[in-house]
Amino acid sequence: MNIIVVGLSHKTAPVELRELLVVPDSRMGEALNRLMAHGGIREGMLLQTCNRVEVYAVVDQVEQGFSAVQEFFVDTHFSVSAEQLLPRLYCHAGDPAITHLFRVASSLDSLVVGEPQILRQVKDAFQEALTHNATGVVLNKVVKKAISVAKRVRTETRIAENAVSVSYAAVELAKKVFSNLAARTVMLVGAGEMAKLAAQHLVNHGVHEVLLTTRNPVRASAMAARFNGVSIPFDEFRANMHRADIVLCSTGASHYLISPEDVERAVRARWNRPIFLIDVSVPRNIDPDVRQVDNAFLFDIDDLESHIEQNREERMLEATRAEGIVKDEVVVIMKWLQALKATPTIIALRKRADALKQAELQKAFGRLGTLTPQQQETVEGLAQAIVNKLLHGPLVALKSAAQSSNGLVYIEAARRFYDLGQSLPRQESVDVRDGQDMEGEDAEPDAHSPESTEVLEQERISPRASGL
Amino acid sequence: MTVAFLQLTLGLYFIGVLLSLVYLLRRSEFLARVAFAFTCIGFAIHSVVLAVQVFSGDEVQWVTFHKALSFFSWSLVLFFLLVVLFQRLYVLGAFMLPIAFFSLVSTAILPSETPVLQPMFRAMWIHVTLSMLGAVGFAVAFVAGVMYLMQDRLLKSKQFNVLSFKLPPLDFLDMLNQRSMLLGFPFLTLGILTGAMSAQLTLGAYVSWNPEQIWALVTWVFYFVVLMGRVTVGWRAKKAAYLTIVGFAGVLLTFIGVVLKGNGASIS
Repeated sequence: MNIIVVGLSHKTAPVELRELLVVPDSRMGEALNRLMAHGGIREGMLLQTCNRVEVYAVVDQVEQGFSAVQEFFVDTHFSVSAEQLLPRLYCHAGDPAITHLFRVASSLDSLVVGEPQILRQVKDAFQEALTHNATGVVLNKVVKKAISVAKRVRTETRIAENAVSVSYAAVELAKKVFSNLAARTVMLVGAGEMAKLAAQHLVNHGVHEVLLTTRNPVRASAMAARFNGVSIPFDEFRANMHRADIVLCSTGASHYLISPEDVERAVRARWNRPIFLIDVSVPRNIDPDVRQVDNAFLFDIDDLESHIEQNREERMLEATRAEGIVKDEVVVIMKWLQALKATPTIIALRKRADALKQAELQKAFGRLGTLTPQQQETVEGLAQAIVNKLLHGPLVALKSAAQSSNGLVYIEAARRFYDLGQSLPRQESVDVRDGQDMEGEDAEPDAHSPESTEVLEQERISPRASGL
Repeated sequence: MTVAFLQLTLGLYFIGVLLSLVYLLRRSEFLARVAFAFTCIGFAIHSVVLAVQVFSGDEVQWVTFHKALSFFSWSLVLFFLLVVLFQRLYVLGAFMLPIAFFSLVSTAILPSETPVLQPMFRAMWIHVTLSMLGAVGFAVAFVAGVMYLMQDRLLKSKQFNVLSFKLPPLDFLDMLNQRSMLLGFPFLTLGILTGAMSAQLTLGAYVSWNPEQIWALVTWVFYFVVLMGRVTVGWRAKKAAYLTIVGFAGVLLTFIGVVLKGNGASIS
């Protein structure tokens, strides 16, 4: 049982190739089924963003798994050839694969390090795989861990603190002028996507009032509904500009809509209170000479980009701290994975012992005839105590051996000594998977304990039970 | 004894000033905390020195310009500490602490025991205290103005560097400018009135047109106009910042007037 990742990203492949491999959401189920149909793939998850397409899988044999996933990628699009694709693919197994997933989820591998969207995309990919029953005990645990690692990185480093998108940069700059956005009014001129996004950010930061104006009255009322704002006729917006503390401009107009005189008038009407103007339209809609107006602060798309660029350097420093967190967490999850290998053996061993105990008890009760409840309890207790004491040593040994490099040898030996059969029955692994699912649901943020299956819980209790 | 303690205070403030200035250009928050700690200790010693000076001698002793400047410095530091405690605005230290430091240094440079008006008016300390509190208000307004202009220039020139990251938002600085002026102005008014009364008692005339009085009146009129302009024609933001910087020059000239007067330069 090995965890692998095969995929390509902005670091290895151009967008022309990446976009060919992207599976539309509507065909996700089909793609996952196609992936799982390959022999040797036990669990799978398909992560795709605009910068990467990756398959995470749990496989029996690493090499076999690599070629299966590569085959899957080649089959995704008819125009993709193996010669073209294979050199671009990276393949990791085990430790490096998990490290890769953690780094991706924490946005350390992103084009813009620290960008927040990737975590949502990982969650969505996981949800998709869950819906189509493609994941199992290992991926459930590892992906949930990746999500919690990403959250930890977010809270413990300042990697995501600085502006990472143009719309967010706009908000950050607005905060250099206005300490409290809650009492502010924003005016949205035009209905460009980026301005809407920035307006949404501002609203999320508690902006008090939104004024809207577009040439298209239908769109204006739709946007007024979206932002709970007030619509202003397009030819009157200049006269109303003094009401706004922040003016967001994004229209398709090919000329300047706002002149320095307009802004001067607005500033005067505002009694020289600063006004903040953002022009995200290309070509620009606000005359650059507005910069000369006192108490008016104009930023265009290039200014926002350069702001982001400066923050990028800052984030690089934080990224090194984040790498440390990832490294620590990989160690934790690897221990868990090691212990997992012993789990089916431990289950089988306990089941076998319980079955033997029950059979012998039935035989003994048959011979002894009627017993008082107290006597019956004593006999049962005796049998239980012997079983527990006898199994305690092997179980502890199995568990600790699982952490070591030759863990598999011990597991093999236990299976032979107790005649547990060579391969674990399908039903038992399903049991573990269910138990794991439930455990994973509520223990998401901090699932540090590597041995958390039901069986291991029982095993922990047993020495105490045997003492009774 | 108090001299040694004052020197210690100066040393601590100096470290505070240096660290605050370095903090201005570094990302580390740690520096600001260390600067704050040094300033706190300096302030505690400074408080003790002031208390000893005030309560040991008789009230009249309080009135030397040295002690007034020391009080001015102490109030500035107190204001800074309060702002940090309530607003976490460490960056203010880089601007306010130098003023506090230099006014305390000037007490050491100025000729010792500058003679004051004859100690006839026992309530002279009221005049000094009020005037100094007024000066504190205007010093804060000055600092807010300087920070405003820096932030304004950084934003206008699109320099998103450490400094712009540290400086508070423009509207906060404008508000600080306005409030500190509103705080300083009544104190200055009362300071001038009590000064005139003491002059009447000691010199027999309310106004003797010495440099101190002239500059005090000029300063008062200037700030009055600035405040009125703010309310009536919107002299705020950048304009207010410039004006308060100019106004603080008037405060400094008044201080110089006091020293000159103390040295007998203009009193017949």
